[in-house]
Amino acid sequence: MATEARQRTATPFYRDSRSIASILQVGFAIAVMVGLWLLYTNMMDGLRRANLLPSFAFLTQPAGFPIAESVIPYDPTMNYGQAFIVGVINTLRVAVTGIILATILGLFLGICRLSNNWLLRNAALVYVEIVRNVPLLLQLIFWFLLTKAFPRVQESINLGGLIYLHNRGLTMAWPEAHASFTEWTPWLWAGLLLGVAYYVARRIQFVRRDRPGIALPWALLLVAGTALAGFVATRLQTGDWPVVLNLPELQRFNFTGGLAVTASFAALLIGLVIYTAAFISEVVRSGIQAVNKGQREAARALGLTNGQTLRLVIFPQALRIIIPPLTSQYLNLAKNSSLAVAIAYPDLFYVGSTINNQTGQAVPVILMLMGSYLVLSLLTSLVMNWYNRRIQLVER
Amino acid sequence: MASTDLSTGRTRPARPSIDALGWLRENLFSSWLNTLISLVLLWMIYELVSGLAGFIFHAQGWSAVASNLKLLLTWTYPPDQLWRPQLVFGLLALLLGLSAGVWRGITLVLATGFGALCLIAALLALALPATANQVALQAWQMCLAAAALVLAGYGGSTAARERLRWPVVIAWVLLYPTVILILRGVGGAMPVVGSNLWGGLMLTVLLSASGIVLSFPLGVLLALGRRGNLPVIRWFCVAYIELIRGVPLVTVLYMASLMLPLFLPGGENIDQLVRATVAVTLFSAAYLAEILRGGLQAIPKGQAEAARALGLNMFQTTLLIMLPQALRAVIPVLVSHFISLFKDTSLVVIVGLADLLGAAQGIVGQPQWLGTPGGVWRETFLVIAVIYWALSFTMSRSARQIELELNIGKQ
Repeated sequence: MATEARQRTATPFYRDSRSIASILQVGFAIAVMVGLWLLYTNMMDGLRRANLLPSFAFLTQPAGFPIAESVIPYDPTMNYGQAFIVGVINTLRVAVTGIILATILGLFLGICRLSNNWLLRNAALVYVEIVRNVPLLLQLIFWFLLTKAFPRVQESINLGGLIYLHNRGLTMAWPEAHASFTEWTPWLWAGLLLGVAYYVARRIQFVRRDRPGIALPWALLLVAGTALAGFVATRLQTGDWPVVLNLPELQRFNFTGGLAVTASFAALLIGLVIYTAAFISEVVRSGIQAVNKGQREAARALGLTNGQTLRLVIFPQALRIIIPPLTSQYLNLAKNSSLAVAIAYPDLFYVGSTINNQTGQAVPVILMLMGSYLVLSLLTSLVMNWYNRRIQLVER
Repeated sequence: MASTDLSTGRTRPARPSIDALGWLRENLFSSWLNTLISLVLLWMIYELVSGLAGFIFHAQGWSAVASNLKLLLTWTYPPDQLWRPQLVFGLLALLLGLSAGVWRGITLVLATGFGALCLIAALLALALPATANQVALQAWQMCLAAAALVLAGYGGSTAARERLRWPVVIAWVLLYPTVILILRGVGGAMPVVGSNLWGGLMLTVLLSASGIVLSFPLGVLLALGRRGNLPVIRWFCVAYIELIRGVPLVTVLYMASLMLPLFLPGGENIDQLVRATVAVTLFSAAYLAEILRGGLQAIPKGQAEAARALGLNMFQTTLLIMLPQALRAVIPVLVSHFISLFKDTSLVVIVGLADLLGAAQGIVGQPQWLGTPGGVWRETFLVIAVIYWALSFTMSRSARQIELELNIGKQ
């Protein structure tokens, strides 16, 4: 009797939350798969009719289109795969340079926002409020058109003979290694070794004495001093400087020597840096302000100078708050570099859409584009998460 | 570095009042470094302001903007049908004004910002030369009307407030489909206007509003799915959210414009605006889901437990207890999201739509400005930059205000 009663009151499967969960999930999975399958078959039917079945075979065919700038050697006879890699490298080039410069400018602006100079504080505020409320694409197009409004190459604006501005971008002096560079390298290694040894020794000393101190500037000075001594020594030995500044010279139609930066690259870099720096400065400012006021007061009470307080007490704590939002700003910069397409900088997206226009292989090209951006985002967040873990508070 | 003030400012005790000279000494010339910085900055500001003023007064391209206001605002929308966008604008103003009157608080902040912008636009329209085209004139009438409506809404009596609450909510729900219906038309007195004719500021606002309104259901489902305890659904939501957040909007737009026609039978007929709207919706949903997840996480666990203890089932708990609180907590973030969408929709020029930025590019390319030395791009882009800036800035200020009000409620 008793067992019968229990069986009768046992929860039926359609009221058991566990089986409901399973049924729900299986149903959901089936619905998603059916939906995707329908889209897929539709797409394949259409592509078959258009005779454009997706395949990656086009990657080995010759690309046949020129790319305005490339770090690795490239010409139109190379294949689509290589053209795509040129695009990837161009994106990486602008993203990495942009992240470094935006961090420096953003950090500077963030500290300006907290200055006790009223004018500086509010100038930084006005900068931030203007820049971040105007679309990036508009800013990029503005910078690009501005470079186009510069004079022709023959009438370049000359900045001290080191930088020339013209409507194709800018040409600037750039250091170049000479034949005697090999004689100089041992000096560089020796300097580096000395610096590292000094730094490590000093840090150990600090830890033993249990007090803060300055090691890095002196170590850097040691490295630079050794390198400089070697620089002069090489000159005396071989009669030839190991590195010289390659000055651009104006020929009839263009510059020779120096480093040429295209207008597209310059506009993209300037636009990305100025835009992202505004956001980074807000991150830095709120991070510094979030550090407990008592920390600063305690540090001052212990006799640390203002600079030491900032460097040894405030900043390490602010960094913990700053890093996660900073990571998302880096990701934004990397993703925003895809706007290059509007100002003809041959980045990943630009090259990808050109390949699609030529081959009609929309599906593989989009897969490659999205895959590349995902990998780029993933790598950035991996590096930043690793750094974040390293600096997080270790609770004792 | 003696020039870094690390105190938050808010907790600083009141200081004795000082005269102008004392203020200058303390804030600009407190040390030799500060003096140097102040002088350099003063010089830079002088150069910038005088350069900008010189440009504004001497530029020759302002007529390009003044004679093309209609293109900037509505692009190629038929001129004889312009009353429709204006009606939409009036509806929006009316609803905002009524909501401000009914709820005060947050909505009042938003409505005040909106009204201030309208007034400024009206003053600018008045300042335009008398020869300026009819569109601008009608625009300022609309602006004045909007400002008046906002004020009227604020002045509503308490009794009217109670009675108006539900009608206003229903009107907001119906606003989006109504707007689309009015702009698109149904034939008869309102002939159908194909979306290939839409553009300008109208399109920018419409696209960003679509990004919020249409992606809301999807975003809520994704947020709930990600927080739920059904692994298959959670994985799917996580994969979707992270995939979309890992790629730029341009690639999503590009994908929608290339693949949507492939995915759906007869999809070649889907027009470009619908494709862009789908892309913006899919893109925005992932970000909305993360925002809402943050809001849901902020709710104390006791709320859900108390709801269950009162006998509410899972759907009731989610719909009546969790979501309203989560939404209220994330309103400022939602406004920020709307601002970034508002700026990001400028990317649709890359897939060939003429939003505010696209309209500006169209004006710059008009043949009659070829003779103007240097072209008219500086003037045109300056004007649309100011439009973008004014709208984004007002919204971000409102978001800040809302955040403050919500915090006051918490204390």
